[in-house]
Amino acid sequence: MNDKPLSQFKEEVSIVLCGEAGQGIQTVEHLLTQTLKLSGYNVFSTEEYMSRIRGGSNSTLVRVSSKCVSAPVNRIDLLLPFSPGAVRHIQKRISSETILLGEKKVYGNEYQGERAIDIPLSQIAQEIGGPIYSNTVAVALLAGLLKVERRVFDHYLKHHFEGKDENTIQKNLEAARRGYRASDELLRNGKLQIDLVKHNEIEDEILIDGVEALAMGAVAGGCNFLSFYPMSPSTAVAVLLAEHSKVFGIIVEQAEDEISAMNMVIGAWYAGARGLASTSGGGFALMVEGLSLAGMIESPLVIHMGQRPGPATGLPTRTEQGELLFALYSGHGEFPRIILAPGTIEDCFCLAQKAFDLADRYQVPVFILTDQYLLESHYNIPSLDPAGIPLQKHFVETKHGYKRYQLTEAGLSPRGIPGFGEGLVVLDSDEHDEEGHITEDLNLRTKMVNKRLKKLELIKNEIIPPKLVGPENYKTLIIGWGSTYHAIKEALERVGTQDVAFLHFKQVYPLHSNTMAYLQKAKTRVIVETNATAQFAQLIRLQTGLAMDHKILKYNGLPFSVEELEVQLKSVLT
Amino acid sequence: MDSKLFDMEEIDIAWCPGCGNFAILNALKQALSELEIKPERLVVVSGIGQAAKAPHYYQCNLFNGLHGRSLPVATAIKAANPELIVIDESGDGCMYGEGGNHFIHAVRRNPDITNIVHNNMVYGLTKGQASPTSLQGFKTLVQREGVFQEAFNPLAIAINLGASFVARAFAGDVAQTKDIIKKAISHKGYALVDILQPCVTYNKLNTYQWFKAKTYYLDSSYDPRDRIEALKRASEVEKLPLGIFYLNPRPPFEEKLSVYQENKDPLYKRSPDLGKLAEWIDSKRRI
Repeated sequence: MNDKPLSQFKEEVSIVLCGEAGQGIQTVEHLLTQTLKLSGYNVFSTEEYMSRIRGGSNSTLVRVSSKCVSAPVNRIDLLLPFSPGAVRHIQKRISSETILLGEKKVYGNEYQGERAIDIPLSQIAQEIGGPIYSNTVAVALLAGLLKVERRVFDHYLKHHFEGKDENTIQKNLEAARRGYRASDELLRNGKLQIDLVKHNEIEDEILIDGVEALAMGAVAGGCNFLSFYPMSPSTAVAVLLAEHSKVFGIIVEQAEDEISAMNMVIGAWYAGARGLASTSGGGFALMVEGLSLAGMIESPLVIHMGQRPGPATGLPTRTEQGELLFALYSGHGEFPRIILAPGTIEDCFCLAQKAFDLADRYQVPVFILTDQYLLESHYNIPSLDPAGIPLQKHFVETKHGYKRYQLTEAGLSPRGIPGFGEGLVVLDSDEHDEEGHITEDLNLRTKMVNKRLKKLELIKNEIIPPKLVGPENYKTLIIGWGSTYHAIKEALERVGTQDVAFLHFKQVYPLHSNTMAYLQKAKTRVIVETNATAQFAQLIRLQTGLAMDHKILKYNGLPFSVEELEVQLKSVLT
Repeated sequence: MDSKLFDMEEIDIAWCPGCGNFAILNALKQALSELEIKPERLVVVSGIGQAAKAPHYYQCNLFNGLHGRSLPVATAIKAANPELIVIDESGDGCMYGEGGNHFIHAVRRNPDITNIVHNNMVYGLTKGQASPTSLQGFKTLVQREGVFQEAFNPLAIAINLGASFVARAFAGDVAQTKDIIKKAISHKGYALVDILQPCVTYNKLNTYQWFKAKTYYLDSSYDPRDRIEALKRASEVEKLPLGIFYLNPRPPFEEKLSVYQENKDPLYKRSPDLGKLAEWIDSKRRI
């Protein structure tokens, strides 16, 4: 202990890894976050990356904290660059407080002084056996600085390289030893003091991203059929369900296009399966015709739309909440629908599970609107409950003379499926009679329209209410939906104003009946959305007649950081 | 089984008198009854067009979906419940025009379905425009100088893609058409039956007489397993062969699906294994 510490961390450390695609940053992120979680730290990580397989500049944020944090910050405490371009890419976020760890030749002469700590990663890797080991050295360096126990780290490392030859495993363990040694030196000379509080219970928590939670929720909801056409960021859901298809009995089929994918999913529901169409805005554009079909034939349907910036191809690997009104108005003709928008990892699971139940129960399309940011962010949560919603199948065994579109007082016609019972299940994309056959009886047409729309009334009993965060007696109400939940919540905590509350919607259509009262109670209403036209504000106005006083919007393809939201909220609150 | 079992009560058929669809309807009903297929086990998927209305006129489970989209629906129904007998019935515009991409990939995917295409070489329901199979020179209110495109050859395309069963029939011969349909339904895998059929209202070129003069049946010496020969015959234009052009038996799509490797139950009888889901979730806790 001979130096004055450069930085002391007691609550939280914000680490950024940056480099080119193909340099293995995801592996570094994975090893680091897993071992930190296994050590009892709260971990949050999120990635921003370019639409390319090699090169470019990508970055991953890892927040390690004593208390639970689940939103992105701009601040960089420790920066570990893997390529010179990556440092330039992230330059604006490097402050006088940022400590650069890694090779001087990578971050360049621009960064001098004691905050630029030169660690010869590639030289160490070379000594071990080649540049391939530099990532393990780097992760071990960070793990060491954060006081991840060596035994925890080595155990996880062995697990990660399971199946590789003994030499590879040993070399990686050696790389870990060298990384830890480098961290010991930094800690010993007192340059860095990192003393975050570990919580034993976190060791047993689960660390997953939105994709995993959504896929698990779909399984819990009985999903056993998925058809898709590859498109970022939704592909990961299909890939993950394909990986687990054998265990859970799920048919995963890559269709020739999204038109086919959608029609396959609807066909699967008709035959009694529970189908999921997973796509993004551009793919959904092709599915819209099928959506209208589902509306007409009263097919249950679950659509996952992982939003990314449009129009057209837009920014394929970036994030936006730009498809809300598209989801709301898509499909020709008039028919009811439900739109859910998870705000948290837990929501991804619970709402995916619920979507299948709602779709089957009310014979309507149910949307799950996520976005690239939510899908590809990880953090630790206590658990997920597979039996949260009891699995109930809502189709019936048909009798002779069965009529698929029987006009009933309740509004719902019992849904039969072919091959289960004596009846015939007939449906038609044309207007149809009670049996399902094509008709041009215009009185019947009116009855059928009314019958389809009546389902919206039934759905109203099940709308998820918005969640109020903050004081009941607020003067200002911040309104958000979907993936912005944690960022808004944390920003408001920082603002710390007494009479401000946050209303978060995870069901954005139909709106819960208490929405009006929440909004009317506020003297000032502020909407926060990651799109350019405040789509949810438009929806709210249409449904309640109430407008927003301020709009905080972001549409450059990145999620809100806590700091920028804090600044923007402060400016509207004063 | 009596083919009356497939008859409907009081139906108002939307086809023109003399339409080739009537003969196809009769042939299909006879084929179904001779194969003793119960209507409850039968699902017919159709698209949009005059042909796509056909399954409204016989007893079956029916999914009359969107124009051109019947094949993905039929594929998924068979995959979700392989116990069902699935027929996809629509016209040339629906199958080869709007649904062309799905046609290509259904052939490749090879679900165990029978694809019956009423091919009258014209759009009937939209009143007489050219279809993908209209012959060059065919004049319509839109194609005023006559169709200049090469006619779509569904048989040659299907054979090239390795379709497992490819046949052509003529609606003017109900007995033979019925036999071909029976073989197609009995065949395991994707089976294309392209049925030449006159449109008495909008196609004054390809009439009953024209088809009679321009078609002949493949004889008993013909080997439907010879792909090159099948392609040759499918490419003939002076006289159009009828019969089974090509057989290429291979395991159907749904048999390849991992969900049926150990458990043969259709998906509707299944529930997710929540215990295994709990294990999956737990795998994210510790290693």
